[in-house]
Amino acid sequence: MINRLVVENLKHRPVRTLLTISAVGLQVTMILTLVGLSEGTLKDIQTRTRGIGADVMIRPPNSSAIGLSSAPMSEKMVAKMAQLPHVALATSSIEQSTDLFARYTGVNFDEYNRMAEFRFVAGGMPKNDDEIIIDEYYAKQHNVHVGDTFNVINTNWKIAGIFEPGKGARIFLPMRAVQEKTSNTGKISIIYLKADRPENAQLVKTEAKQLLGPTYPIYTIEEFASLLSVDQVPLLKPFTHVVIGLSIVFGFLVVFLSMYTAVLERTREIGILKALGASPVYILTILLRETAVLGIVGSIAGIILTYGTRAVITKFPASLTQIIVYDWWPIASGIALVAALLGAVYPGLKAARQDAIEALTYE
Amino acid sequence: MSNLIISIRDLKKSFRVGEVDVHALRGVDLDVAPGEFLSIVGPSGSGKSTLFNILGGLTPPTSGSVFINSKDLLAMSDADRTNLRKEEIGFVFQKYNLLPTLDAAGNINIARAIAGKNGEWDPEFKELIRLLGIANRLHHKPRALSGGEQQRVAIARALVNHPAILLADEPTGNLDTENSDIVLRLLKDLNERLGQTILMITHNPEAAAYGHRMVHIRDGRIVG
Repeated sequence: MINRLVVENLKHRPVRTLLTISAVGLQVTMILTLVGLSEGTLKDIQTRTRGIGADVMIRPPNSSAIGLSSAPMSEKMVAKMAQLPHVALATSSIEQSTDLFARYTGVNFDEYNRMAEFRFVAGGMPKNDDEIIIDEYYAKQHNVHVGDTFNVINTNWKIAGIFEPGKGARIFLPMRAVQEKTSNTGKISIIYLKADRPENAQLVKTEAKQLLGPTYPIYTIEEFASLLSVDQVPLLKPFTHVVIGLSIVFGFLVVFLSMYTAVLERTREIGILKALGASPVYILTILLRETAVLGIVGSIAGIILTYGTRAVITKFPASLTQIIVYDWWPIASGIALVAALLGAVYPGLKAARQDAIEALTYE
Repeated sequence: MSNLIISIRDLKKSFRVGEVDVHALRGVDLDVAPGEFLSIVGPSGSGKSTLFNILGGLTPPTSGSVFINSKDLLAMSDADRTNLRKEEIGFVFQKYNLLPTLDAAGNINIARAIAGKNGEWDPEFKELIRLLGIANRLHHKPRALSGGEQQRVAIARALVNHPAILLADEPTGNLDTENSDIVLRLLKDLNERLGQTILMITHNPEAAAYGHRMVHIRDGRIVG
């Protein structure tokens, strides 16, 4: 019977119920979208890094695993690295960011292709210095096709080919042009080495370290991929915690307000229940159950909405990837439920403590 | 005292309204036998509602002695008074006080649920529903019921747990003459058929005449 009362109470004020459910849902969506974006984008970078086909990566001294946008190494190093005993192929790239989430990469197309082995869905390798290639995902996002003009670093480029994603960057430009346009002539950002045999990756890393000394961060690709985790990205974890904290406050306030107005509105009804012999715990239980229903339905709505945000983010110009993080469903729902229940405690106690006689005379 | 369902001696009740002490009851003595239909008549401010609230366990007495079904109200904690409302008392209010979100059956069943009872209504109660003439109105919400129907649902709710005492506070105060007569006749009928003890507070002498006995209250005292 108490459950029926809970449901009828929620149905009695459909707009308030819907708004509260939406607010709880948004709270869950906010958490799931942020976590899905963090993990999705990092996983996407991982996949694309593995797709380069390299076994070892050499990055500039003092560089972090994430966020590289400079070219401090000499391109002459590539030839030196190619001579290491167990290196089969060596190539390099120059990295520049277009915005917070997207970057473009300059490469020597033939050399890079030998390692990465591009597979084109349209067009092919550039033949001229004003041509670039982009991946299918980026092409769809920007609605561009082979032969179209695309502006990067204030220059119009012709799209020569659209390749299957997973080859490092999403946009590849001619290295020489990028070096010149960014005043980095003769400079590169990353060196990629392919070992003669995959099991020699560690050996190649050791050889490179011996040659370059300890100041250069040198990783096998698998080591580098393992660094692409939420824990390793500076500020991502604190940022997630801040968003979770804000969502708790948000959920708490919304439910607090909703339940507070519900209690004020139902003063007389609470008096009736008390006259019928309902204890303060019984009254509190009704409100907490109502809140739990709002929290659970809101969480389910929030989870469903996450599929919507994923669809919207796919259309964003930035190269963001959101995945559905199933592990976080119970966590985000739990957070929303706890915040909602906390929000219901004060209104619930107010209701439970209400004087029955005053409540019964409330107009 | 053992053959009385209510025994009140020198009952006093004072409370503070703002900065003023109000002496609502100034020494009430009253005995009620089981199965009695007692009308308590008095003007506004006479203390009849305070008496109703004390007997219903909604507020504690200040001093004196009040026994309901041999239970001492003065010795009761808040929780004890909550149990008293649940087990011994059924309320009928002037404004019906049905929960607007539940239908008539829901309003009756919530009283049962609070008392920890579930399942089907017993045959005796089903007969009562028939007697009250609300059998075909059980799935309507209060807003779809007339005042008279709402009050009859409220009577059913008050009696669903078979309380020792039915307290009715101006049960016809919001009803027209026709519906007032129906409700009062029903109360009398219930008293006679079921032996239900009823205390009815009213300021209407015609309504009070339905009881076996009438007591008058004025300025916080029983005056006759």
